[in-house]
Amino acid sequence: MMTFADLVQSFYAFTTSWGIPYLVFALVVMTIQVGVVIGYIAVAAMFLIWWERKISAHIQVRFGPMRVGGWHGWAQSIADGIKLLLKEDIIPAGADRVVFVLAPMVVFASSLAAYVTIPWGPGLIVRDLNIGILYMVSISSLAVVGIIMAGWSSNNKYSVLGAIRSAAQAVSYEVPMVVALLGPVMLAGTMSMGKLVEAQARGSWLGILPGWFVFPQILAFLIYFICALAECNRLPFDIPEAESELVAGFHVEYSGMRFAIFFLAEYANMFTVSAIATTLFLGGWHGWWVRLPGLSPELSQGLFGLAWFQGKCYFLIFVMMWLRWTLARIRVDQLMDFSWKVLLPLSFANLVITGWVLVAGRQVLLIVLGILLVLALAIGLAVRGRGRAAAGVVRG
Amino acid sequence: METKLAIFYVLAAFTLWAAGIVVLGKNIVRAAVALIFAFCGVAGLYVLLEAEFLAAVQVLIYVGGITILLLFAIMLTSRIGATAARVVNDQVVLSAIAGVGLLAGLCYAALEGIPALVGPPRLPETSPFLGRALLTTYALPFEVVSVLLLAGMVGAIVLARKES
Repeated sequence: MMTFADLVQSFYAFTTSWGIPYLVFALVVMTIQVGVVIGYIAVAAMFLIWWERKISAHIQVRFGPMRVGGWHGWAQSIADGIKLLLKEDIIPAGADRVVFVLAPMVVFASSLAAYVTIPWGPGLIVRDLNIGILYMVSISSLAVVGIIMAGWSSNNKYSVLGAIRSAAQAVSYEVPMVVALLGPVMLAGTMSMGKLVEAQARGSWLGILPGWFVFPQILAFLIYFICALAECNRLPFDIPEAESELVAGFHVEYSGMRFAIFFLAEYANMFTVSAIATTLFLGGWHGWWVRLPGLSPELSQGLFGLAWFQGKCYFLIFVMMWLRWTLARIRVDQLMDFSWKVLLPLSFANLVITGWVLVAGRQVLLIVLGILLVLALAIGLAVRGRGRAAAGVVRG
Repeated sequence: METKLAIFYVLAAFTLWAAGIVVLGKNIVRAAVALIFAFCGVAGLYVLLEAEFLAAVQVLIYVGGITILLLFAIMLTSRIGATAARVVNDQVVLSAIAGVGLLAGLCYAALEGIPALVGPPRLPETSPFLGRALLTTYALPFEVVSVLLLAGMVGAIVLARKES
C-alpha cells in the first residue's frame, strides 16, 4: 500500500538522481508539510469560528451571522480575518516588549507542532513517532507557557490574574489527563498514533461493537474529554478568560493580528484534543467503507478513512461547542476540587482495573464494567434530577 | 552526518544563549521564561541522541510542570518582578570552584572517555525497554525516589498548613 512515507521516499530518490543534497530535500519536504498543516489550520479555524457562532446562535434562538457572502454568512470569518490583519498593532507602553511579542508565537507554535503525529488516514501521518501520544501531550502543554508570558508581559492586573488561573488549571488537569490516556496505551501496548489506530481496526467487542477503545475505556474517555475542555480553556472551564470578571483574561492587551494568532491557536487546540480523543478512543480513521467505482481498494479505503477521521473529530468539536453554550462557568475552588478529588482518583482506579483485567486476560470484563458505569451514571443523574425537581430547585 | 552536526551546533548555541539569560538576567520573570527555552533546547539535544522518551518527558515535566509552578510562585510573590535580582550571591568562590571542577571533569571525560560513559545499546524503541527496566532491575531505586518525592510533598503540606 502506498503510504505517505513511501511518497517521501520516492521524492528522495528523485532528488538524489539530480544530485541535490539531503539537507535541501529535507528542508523542501518539511516546508511543504508545514505549509499544508498551516493552511489546514487556518481554513479549519475560520470554519470553526463561523460554525461556533452559528451553533451558539441556534442554541440561543438567534440567527448568527447572516449577511457576509450570502448563504448563512459563510464569509463572515474571512471578513473578520481581513479586519484583524488590517488593524493597528498596539503594544502597551508599560509592556515587556520582547516577551509580549514572543507570547503568541509560543502559543501558536505549540499547537502547530502537535499536528506532526496526527494520523489523518491510513498511512497518512507526517511522522509516526514511537512516543506519539506522549509527544502530543507534552508539546501541547507548552501553550500555557505562552499564556503566562502574555499575561505577565501585558503589565495589566487582569492579564496576570488570567495567566495565574490558566497555569493552576493546566497543571491540575494535566495529571488526570495523562493517567487517563494510559488506559488505551496499555490495551494497545504502544504509544505510536498509527499503531494505536491499527490496534482498534482489528477485532470487535462482543461481536457487534467495533474494536474501538471507547467501549472498554469509557471512564478514561470521559476523564480525557473533561480534561481536554480544561486544557483548551473552554467553558465550563474558561475562568482564565472569564469576560465578566477579567475583561478577557490573558489577552486583554492584545489587538489585531497578535490577538488573531491566540484565537487561531485556541481553535487549532480544539482540533488537536479532538484528534487525540478520536485516535485513542474512537478508532481514528477506522470505519465502514466501500470500494469507490474506478478507484483501487487502498485508495477508496484511504478516502473513506480521511472522511471518517474528520467526521469523528468535528463531531467531538461540536460536542465541545454544545457544552460551551449549555453550561455555566464553574468557580475556581470547584475547578480545583473536581480535578484533584474526583478526576484523579477515578483515573487511577481506571489504570489499576485495566491492569488487573489485562493480567487476567479477559478484556470483555472491561466492557461489562463500562456498561455498568454508564448505567450507574445515568441512574444517578436521573435520581438527582428528580430530587431537584421535587425540591423545586431550578438551575440554569 | 553533517546535517546532524549542524543541528547540534544550532541547538547547543540556542540552549547556551537561553541559559545565559537565566543566569545573568536581572529580571526574574524573564529569567524563568528563558529557563523554559533552555529546557526545550536540552530536549532537542535528547532527540538528537535518540532518547525521544526522555525528551518528551523533559518537556512534559520540566517545561509544562516545574517551570509553570516556578512562574506561579514568582507571580504570587508581590513586587518581585519590579526589583532587580542579584546575579552574584555570597558563595561566589565556592560555586566558581564547583563549576570549574565540573567543566574539567566533563572535558576529561570527553577527551579520554571514562567507563561509565560508554555509548548506550542501540534500541529501536526506548520506552518499552525503559518501562521493563524500571519495574524489574531498578524497581527498588525507583520506589526509593518515589518515597523521597512523597516525603517532599508531605513536608510542603505541613509547611503551608494553617494552624487551627
